[in-house]
Amino acid sequence: MSILEVKNVGKRFGGLQALSKVNLSVKENTVHAIIGPNGAGKSTLLNCLVGKLMPDSGSVMFDGQSVLGRAPYEINQMGISRVFQTPEIFGDLTVLENMMIPCFAKRDGAFTLNALPGVQKQKDILQKAEQMLEEMRMSDKRHMHAAALSRGDKRRLEIGMCLSQDPRLLLLDEPTAGMARADTNNTIDLLKEISDQRDITIAIIEHDMHVVFSLANRITVLAQGTPLVEDDPENIRGNPKVREAYLGETA
Amino acid sequence: MFGLNTKDTKSLFIVAFLVVVAPFILNPFPAASAMAQFNAGYPDLMQKFVIFGIFAIGFNILFGLTGYLSFGHAAFLGIGSYSCVWMFKLLGYNVIPGIVLSVIISGIFALAIGFVSLRRSGIYFSILTLAFAQMSFALAYSVLSNPKFNLTNGETGLQVYANDPQWFHRDSLPDLPHLFGLSMRATHKLEIGAWEFQLNAGYYLCALMMLVCFYLAIRIFRSPFGLMLRAVKSNQQRMNYTGLNTRPYTLAAFVISGMYAGLAGGLLSAVDPLAGAERMQWTASGEVVLMTILGGAGTLIGPVLGAGFIKYFENIFSKINDHVLHSWFAFLPDGLEDFVVFLIHPFIGKGWHLTLGILFMLVVIFLPGGLVEGGQRLGKWLHRRKAKDTPSAKTEPAE
Ligand SMILES: Nc1ncnc2c1ncn2[C@@H]1O[C@H](COP(=O)(O)OP(=O)(O)O)[C@@H](O)[C@H]1O
Ligand SMILES: [Mg+2]
Repeated sequence: MSILEVKNVGKRFGGLQALSKVNLSVKENTVHAIIGPNGAGKSTLLNCLVGKLMPDSGSVMFDGQSVLGRAPYEINQMGISRVFQTPEIFGDLTVLENMMIPCFAKRDGAFTLNALPGVQKQKDILQKAEQMLEEMRMSDKRHMHAAALSRGDKRRLEIGMCLSQDPRLLLLDEPTAGMARADTNNTIDLLKEISDQRDITIAIIEHDMHVVFSLANRITVLAQGTPLVEDDPENIRGNPKVREAYLGETA
Repeated sequence: MFGLNTKDTKSLFIVAFLVVVAPFILNPFPAASAMAQFNAGYPDLMQKFVIFGIFAIGFNILFGLTGYLSFGHAAFLGIGSYSCVWMFKLLGYNVIPGIVLSVIISGIFALAIGFVSLRRSGIYFSILTLAFAQMSFALAYSVLSNPKFNLTNGETGLQVYANDPQWFHRDSLPDLPHLFGLSMRATHKLEIGAWEFQLNAGYYLCALMMLVCFYLAIRIFRSPFGLMLRAVKSNQQRMNYTGLNTRPYTLAAFVISGMYAGLAGGLLSAVDPLAGAERMQWTASGEVVLMTILGGAGTLIGPVLGAGFIKYFENIFSKINDHVLHSWFAFLPDGLEDFVVFLIHPFIGKGWHLTLGILFMLVVIFLPGGLVEGGQRLGKWLHRRKAKDTPSAKTEPAE
């Protein structure tokens, strides 16, 4: 069953047709990679899925419901979590507080005026946050300021924050961009573990072929704003059209 | 205790203790001595300390936690003042209805102004709040004060006149603001040796209010709501993509801080039943920003310290004049005495703003965390000195 259905999506920036006639279907419990050369429109597509951009045409259905016209926070509450290209975390807060915030959002919704009971009294939230930190192997850093974490740890924290909400769909925009090889491999292992152990669908935008072929069960190649092919990794690897578009080789 | 952890309970008790004994510790100099002019323990000034403390505590809930810098909070102070005086005019001099109404009305105004201003952030938000406050000032100063419809009594200021209805006024009650018969001006003078201390009813009412406000602020700081407000300051993008709607959080903070300001305004009228438009002017809005930053934005106690600091300067430094300076430096040779007085002259009297400005700059540059950071550094330094002394004391006997 497909959990995300993108149909005929188009998006124009002034004179530039960034996306045209994009069709994409992400099956439940798979890791679906979206690859393509720089400027192909991958980030634009992702922004159309999370409410940051409104496409000019087409439809985006998540689990049978349209996400178009909804604010990012509403889309998150529907069960889509997003990891950013550069980790977006709460730098001024401690690691534990960072982890508690998504737990509150999951439990209390988009807004609750919970102004009198202490945070320390919210045992269920604390427990959930601690458990997630444990899972991310970051418990020892719980009282650190998140801004002081290493790049790799920030990424881990951000992924952990997303997972603490038990999203049905996790979107990642080039999660290993700018990372050292070791950090990249750690991130691959983490994502593998997540997709194996959880009931979750992952859609990942990625540049790094090593990452893509280590993780994905399904790949869509985007070129100049349109999907070129969608296929299993084995077939993508040998596809001459892909080599031409993506790797810049002539077949 | 009271749903607070030990550390917060301790600071609450310390503040409560200081507030109760303030009339004594603020009057350290004997009444007849030359230093008596530095005494701050008289009702008028002590009332200002706690009232502006409330104003700053509330402002800090918005600015300290969410980082939204409002430049128009004096509007709510003024609205609170007018509301309270209107209750005096209509119902009578009991302060309770006035205080309650000042909180409600300023809350309503804060809801409306916040709703519009919070559509923008950063400098645009500040400018919007400033614009609203200046509009309120103009309304109060002239527009809403004409013979047909006189809500604010313009330049003269709103006050109670003999022909006002005052429905619940009885002849047995004081003809001044009172709490169920206890006049706000009631002052018990305590003379101990050369010292004189004044225990004033208005001050203690305001002080009690400030303690309640301080307590609520601690609860807000430590609550999930407070955590969300700090998250707003840290990263709104992450909040939005974490399923949280930032707008109602900031609006709630804005309204709460507006209500604190309204309460402060109401109390100003409760201790002195005259409300003028100048209370809403942008300089008054700027003052609470200074108080919060000077004391330490985002800290619990900082805004109260900042408020006390600024009000002390405003009232004490401004009273020093050349005459006083000459008497201090009389021991110097004449020419030198005149020269020293000439040097200090710009910083005293009306020049107290200059002194305050310099102090403010020094604090912002060297102590970005405000007076609270200064206190913490001092504490650490003392601690380190003690730690250094101890081992040397131990080694000595061995030698
Ligand atoms: N907000 C925007 N305004 C104008 N042009 C944009 C905007 N966002 C992206 N683009 C353009 O759209 C094209 C696709 O960009 P993007 O989706 O970021 O590509 P990718 O992520 O695949 O590298 C690029 O040519 C980019 O310059
Ligand atoms: Mg991109």
